[in-house]
Amino acid sequence: MANAGHILGLTGAHLQLSLPAIAAAFLLSLPLARLANRLRPARALILGGTGLLYAVPSLPLFIVLPVLIGTGVRDTLNVIVALTLFGLALMVRSAADALDAVDEDTRLAATALGHSSRGRFWTVELPLAGPALLAGLRVVSVSTISLVSVSAVLGVQSLGSLFTDGFQRGIVAAVAAGIAMTVLLALLLDLLLVLLGRLLMPWSRR
Amino acid sequence: MIEFERAGKTYPDGTVAVGEFSLRIPSHTTTVLLGSSGCGKTTLLRMVNRMVDPTSGRVLIDGEDVAQEAPVALRRRIGYVMQNSGLLPHRRVIDNIATVPRLTGMPRGAAHERARELMRTVGLDSGLARRYPGQLSGGQQQRVGVARALASDPNILLMDEPFGAVDPLVRMELQRELRRLQTQLRKTILFVTHDIDEALALGDQIVVLQPGGQIAQAGTPEEIVAAPANDFVARFLGLDAGRRSLRARPQPGGGWLVSDAGGRPLGVLPDDPAREGPG
Repeated sequence: MANAGHILGLTGAHLQLSLPAIAAAFLLSLPLARLANRLRPARALILGGTGLLYAVPSLPLFIVLPVLIGTGVRDTLNVIVALTLFGLALMVRSAADALDAVDEDTRLAATALGHSSRGRFWTVELPLAGPALLAGLRVVSVSTISLVSVSAVLGVQSLGSLFTDGFQRGIVAAVAAGIAMTVLLALLLDLLLVLLGRLLMPWSRR
Repeated sequence: MIEFERAGKTYPDGTVAVGEFSLRIPSHTTTVLLGSSGCGKTTLLRMVNRMVDPTSGRVLIDGEDVAQEAPVALRRRIGYVMQNSGLLPHRRVIDNIATVPRLTGMPRGAAHERARELMRTVGLDSGLARRYPGQLSGGQQQRVGVARALASDPNILLMDEPFGAVDPLVRMELQRELRRLQTQLRKTILFVTHDIDEALALGDQIVVLQPGGQIAQAGTPEEIVAAPANDFVARFLGLDAGRRSLRARPQPGGGWLVSDAGGRPLGVLPDDPAREGPG
């Protein structure tokens, strides 16, 4: 297929938009989740507030965001920031619940052994929250991969461009290829995350 | 030596966990805090390593008020064993045991060497070193918990119902092991339990607690069994139900069958020509 090179290029572009957003959403969710858990009264506010982000329709956000952060509508940064916000909406609650669910006895034991509060977070709570964090991250990953496509409407290149072009020019094969590649990409990334989880958390499968 | 000086703990909502508690715990001995749940025994234990700070009075270790010490440093030099072992599920046995030496900056190799030595001390097969806690039996997990508490060679060992969650046979074996270890290591052990038999088996000094951390009686096991200070202690020991007044009946094949006052058989006393039969 002569279009293979084109599709591959779009797949690359798709990943360049989604991977940074997934990573940023994950990394930013951790301090927010920890803050939410430590400031109990603020927990509902932080979790509810970030959760509400998901209710913002994606297309308007892509268009409004440049006004707020000073990028162009077609900047990749604009798309990445918007996707990060959607990722955060899902991930902050997941992360807060994951960190909160660490067994209280284990936490006490870690304290009794002489872990500082920070040391306990990094070496005990974070690893033990790992499996639940991974579950949240998998949802964010799939959701982000599929959301990227919307940015094609703005003219940012991604697998979504196959829908917009295919639709405008009436090429069913292009639309089908776009769907197939998006699904494939989401599945592959999910598989990768599961494998990474097994590698990093050998203790979780006993 | 550990000293409680009129130590008390009242929570902000007004709940009094411990009213006013004074006790001296001599070095190199085992003191058992015995009481039912809610009597404040765990709170008292945790005052020693500052997991709980008293709201009145103080706790001294070798004459120094623990409130003057940074909690993290204090905890690293006091061994702590808890029920359900409190092992870190994501770390292998060897790394669990090496936790405190690693926290205090011992290189990994040396810490693992120390951990292997402790596995031998507490009677754990070295083949278990690479396992995760979830792959061990309850008894093995408690042994790992004891080894971990001993890793930095602390003078003081705090044990919070450490054998509460294992079956009776394993519990007795662990108690025997702890007695053996104690003759060898001579730590200052503060041991919390609600099991009277465990207290009698392990304590040099037993402190029977009433709700609110009130001392009902403190003394040696012999003193407490022979002369309970009040009805509360007697009930706790099971004296009122006749559980500790023993009878012996001669058996046809020689020896004596020992039972409690209610006639429940407790054991067999072999014939001993040097001793007069009880009766």
